[in-house]
Amino acid sequence: MADEPLVLGIETSCDETGVGIVRGHTLLADAVASSVDDHARYGGVVPEIASRAHLEAMVPTIQRALKEAGVAARDLDGIAVTAGPGLAGALLVGVSAAKAYAYALGKPLYGVNHLASHICVDQLEHGALPEPTMALLVSGGHSSLLLAPDITGDVRPLGSTIDDAAGEAFDKVARVLGLGFPGGPAIDRHARDGDPKAIRFPRGLTGPRDAPYDFSFSGLKTAVARWVEARRREGMDVPVADVAASFQEAVVDVLTRKALRACKENGVDHLMIGGGVAANSRLRSLALERCEDAGIVLRVPRRELCTDNGAMVAALGAEMVARNRPASTWDLPADSSLPVTEVSVPGHTHDHAHSHPHDHVHELSKDNLY
Amino acid sequence: MLLLAFDTATPAVTAALHDGRRVLAESTVVDARRHGELLMPAVDRVLAEAGAAIGDVTGIVVGTGPGPYTGLRVGLVTAAAFGDALGVPVHGICTLDGIAYAAGLAGVDGPFVVATDARRKEVYWARYDSPRERVTEPAVDRPADLESTVAGLPAVGAGAALYPEVFTDVRAPEHQSAAALAALGAVRLAEGAEFAPALPLYLRRPDAQVPAGYKAVLPK
Ligand SMILES: [Zn+2]
Repeated sequence: MADEPLVLGIETSCDETGVGIVRGHTLLADAVASSVDDHARYGGVVPEIASRAHLEAMVPTIQRALKEAGVAARDLDGIAVTAGPGLAGALLVGVSAAKAYAYALGKPLYGVNHLASHICVDQLEHGALPEPTMALLVSGGHSSLLLAPDITGDVRPLGSTIDDAAGEAFDKVARVLGLGFPGGPAIDRHARDGDPKAIRFPRGLTGPRDAPYDFSFSGLKTAVARWVEARRREGMDVPVADVAASFQEAVVDVLTRKALRACKENGVDHLMIGGGVAANSRLRSLALERCEDAGIVLRVPRRELCTDNGAMVAALGAEMVARNRPASTWDLPADSSLPVTEVSVPGHTHDHAHSHPHDHVHELSKDNLY
Repeated sequence: MLLLAFDTATPAVTAALHDGRRVLAESTVVDARRHGELLMPAVDRVLAEAGAAIGDVTGIVVGTGPGPYTGLRVGLVTAAAFGDALGVPVHGICTLDGIAYAAGLAGVDGPFVVATDARRKEVYWARYDSPRERVTEPAVDRPADLESTVAGLPAVGAGAALYPEVFTDVRAPEHQSAAALAALGAVRLAEGAEFAPALPLYLRRPDAQVPAGYKAVLPK
């Protein structure tokens, strides 16, 4: 359909400078410049390094996306940008760039929520989202179960991690095993040669009295560290593949069990999984197996659309345009702790009174965030 | 010619329009924590006041710092995006040069110092022989270490005002003004002078603490 909204989306909430262009539910371009290699030796994302990289990469990445999509900037129907949550200084580079492009081109600006974007990206893969959609978002910065009756205006948090994000647990366990940063892909790789039942690691918050939709990965991480240390102390080899597989199994077992329970208890027959950890092969296979058993349709976008990218922001922006949602104003702030319930930031709100429990992106150093 | 100038390297969020002969409009708000929110409304305001549209702009002049990074980047990424979207050149000017030029307009002459607040008990600074003649590279230092270098010299900028025991002859202006930056840009353009690339003068390496090696959780 030629009259579907053509939207450019900018995502700079962490260490990827992402620019995507979509027309309605069709992905036209997904350009990403990553500073992940610059962070590797620090074992985590360093905010100031990420922000500097965003500034350098911003205009070239936008030019690359426009070229890849084969569209002219003047033909866009809107510019969408991640307004939060994320690293404050990093978000601000994207928000400022989005404003300048929107203002210079005379296009509406849509400041949108990073988490809602992670859900909406699946429209580019599997078409319109069912309403409601149940979403499990798992990454280095977030682990949430969200019920989305309307992705442009009504996203409800059912539960989230009470300590580490799932991806953070992968990073920390990878460090214990000496596998480097980021930990997710390394654990996934080693786990393929291991036995997921070799070691029975604890499943956090799965007792009958525990919050049914919240997650906890801190205890699991500590249990793995204890097990590995005890083994080393006795002078024995650490079976890296078995530890990786058993740890990974504990994480994905809890994630899928709770997500399936949320679907059943809320009468939702679709489950969407997004975020960087959705790239994990065992999470994908176990989720598929359990969804099939339960008669639930599983929607997981391809790998590149699960990690942070500009296309997901463009996808939500296009949906905002299609549904005539209000645009943002020129004083749109970057809000590092934007609650998931605020799918977009239409007007200026100077009372930052949100005290909702929500995920914070892990920051190693806040000193540079003036 | 219509130059749009702005600077977000200091607590002042300032924007101005210049037609090559005079300043048409200026907006300056001092708020160190809201550069990102204040800049585009300021641009919108000066354009409206001058009865111009963004499409009329023929060049961007932007302060390149030095300055606290988060604010500094707001101006620089905005300038780069405007330059790309409008297809106009982006001219970088050291923020301290803009303040020095404004000092000249305010009557400061002869050798003097410009100093802005670099936080962490430091200043960004440079020495000038005259308002258009900078004689040192912009630097970041503790004021106490500058005592002999700046002794007795007039000093302008909020960084000087913060440390009166070092900068003993503090003069106006205190804050950056995009009007002065735009005027300086227009003069340099008329002279055919070279501009600095519109890249940030951070002057400090990013704070990046390498986490200490993996910590044992079992008691020793
Ligand atoms: Zn994310």
